[in-house]
Amino acid sequence: MSTPAEVALPKEHEGMREISLAQAVNEALAEELRRDPAVFLIGEDVAEAGTPFKVTSGLVQEFGPERVLDSPISEAGITGIGLGAAMTGMRPVVDIMFGDFLTLVMDQLANQAAKVHYMSGGRLKAPLTVRTTLGATRRSAAQHSQSLHAWVSHVPGLKVVLPSTPYDAKGLLKTAIRDDNPVVFFEDKMMFAVKGPVPDGEYTIPFGAADVKREGEDVTIVATSSMVYVALEAAEQLAEEGVSAEVVDPQTLVPLDRETLVASAKKTGRVVVVDEGHTSYGASAELAAVIAEDAFYWLEAPVRRAAAMDVPVPFSPVLEDQTVPTPDSVASISKSLLGKA
Amino acid sequence: MATEAVPAPAVGAELALRMYEQMQRIRAFEERVDQLYRSAKMPGLAHLYVGQEAVAVGVCEALRRDDFITSTHRGHGHCLAKGAAVERMFCELLGKEEGYCRGKGGSMHIADHEHGNLGANAIVGGSTGIATGAAFSAKARGSDQVAACFFGEGALGQGVLYEVMNMAALWTLPVVYVCENNSYNEYTHYSETTAGGLAERAAAFGIPHEELDGQDVRAVYAAASRAVERARRGEGPSFLVCETYRYYGHHVGDVDRAYYRSKEEEEQWKAERDPLHILRAWIVAEGLADEAALEQTKASVEAEVAAGAEHALAAPFPDPSEVGEHVYAG
Repeated sequence: MSTPAEVALPKEHEGMREISLAQAVNEALAEELRRDPAVFLIGEDVAEAGTPFKVTSGLVQEFGPERVLDSPISEAGITGIGLGAAMTGMRPVVDIMFGDFLTLVMDQLANQAAKVHYMSGGRLKAPLTVRTTLGATRRSAAQHSQSLHAWVSHVPGLKVVLPSTPYDAKGLLKTAIRDDNPVVFFEDKMMFAVKGPVPDGEYTIPFGAADVKREGEDVTIVATSSMVYVALEAAEQLAEEGVSAEVVDPQTLVPLDRETLVASAKKTGRVVVVDEGHTSYGASAELAAVIAEDAFYWLEAPVRRAAAMDVPVPFSPVLEDQTVPTPDSVASISKSLLGKA
Repeated sequence: MATEAVPAPAVGAELALRMYEQMQRIRAFEERVDQLYRSAKMPGLAHLYVGQEAVAVGVCEALRRDDFITSTHRGHGHCLAKGAAVERMFCELLGKEEGYCRGKGGSMHIADHEHGNLGANAIVGGSTGIATGAAFSAKARGSDQVAACFFGEGALGQGVLYEVMNMAALWTLPVVYVCENNSYNEYTHYSETTAGGLAERAAAFGIPHEELDGQDVRAVYAAASRAVERARRGEGPSFLVCETYRYYGHHVGDVDRAYYRSKEEEEQWKAERDPLHILRAWIVAEGLADEAALEQTKASVEAEVAAGAEHALAAPFPDPSEVGEHVYAG
């Protein structure tokens, strides 16, 4: 995505401040660490370094090294330890620095954490939060740029959260930590510096509630994570051409608010799904299928996907920039649905 | 480096007889499981623990009820040794509603949270993180609970084991790693798959370790007691390598084994190193009980196992509508 310096999204709250997404995540972690002694953070460089993204800065000073633990570079091990702790009374937050490293964690997530509650007939539970990242265009090449949220969304038993704004990130992360299930929480690396309004006081945001980021009549753009900004910019472009676009952010892929997505699709009759995972077998495919199944008779055109190209993320900026959806490409696809291409 | 040379806790009459009963219970249970499979009354497969009984019983007798264990695909013995009931275990193996997991786990996933059993695991080495995390939790919560992590020598091939052993040593976590070396990674002798010494792996992390006769329940109990007490005192993890043998195949269907191990080898272990014979001979020699009393114990657990299996065979399956329940908590 192109990084917006500041996006003021409409939210009505008393005592609003403008803070970055990184600060919002930091506040959520600090508040939950204060609120519940069972919460702890574990990950590579989460203590003094505050992670490479400086998201956890200051937490070890307040909560100490017993609750903010610098771990070895052992992604599977820390997730396994987080799971065992979660099963025995703790609420761990495991930091997996880059989403690409989820590949190292998949047994612990997919075979272990996701299935504990089900396989035990409901007798064990795993209130584990795994925070990780997604997103390309950081010039980080193929092993530090992937958006692998579809991988974990495919496994029943995991919840999957993709916040797009500082407000959403804070409220959803607090909900994740309090949830009794394993939750994988994806933050786009390119959004950490994005600022937005966040209220002073305590709040949480429920899972399974999509948020309409912009209302419109002619076309629905369903967008996840940082693609919400791409969609909002596309909507601005479309507005200049007299097209009214609605932008819907599912916020959580699991559980998914089908109702809001489908209602918007029925209202506009045209849908583009924008997601930074690869196109084939991706989150965008599932979202498109949900809409096609439940809103087919209201649709004026096929549901379209705008997702990452099916190539490993290349290093060279000239190559990398082609691989992800842009406001131009999303606007263009939207217009094609209206016969305006 | 061995765990410190504290004298082994004395095994008195009461404990010896309880261990004998538990070992007999596991043996009778597993032999019944084999029959259920052979008579096509059990869905799926099972991995029998026969021959290894002294390891599970020796370790679990050194634990408290509120201590944790994690188990393996060959987990029935650990589950029974930690206190599970025969009847509910059979129900789980047969996919019945009364089972420990309402029939959703089966042989390879039985968990019994009431006795601290965090579950069997069908991924080799898959529960090593869970056990180490339970130990982390015990320490963080300020409880004096201990976690015992059972795994076979096959798990020595899995990287996650070394990741969590490193952290257990770094953070002085109260966990006892129990490596059951039954010599076979499924159908392959471990010498073909395992470089270096087994206990040396623990030595690399500075974790105290012992190699012991896993067929002698008193030896297992003594070593486990030292390791558990060490963990409970806040002195960190230990690593036990228990030399043992699995009498049956990798699973109940593995009946033609000549291509990977000889009949002679199997017969020799059964004749010379059977854990029940070894304990029974010691009990009689020490005068703690006579043959007649031990025979009565055996008959009693066999009757319990037979009744448990009959109960499970007659028990109802879960309602089909339960398929969608328990995917998510809350």
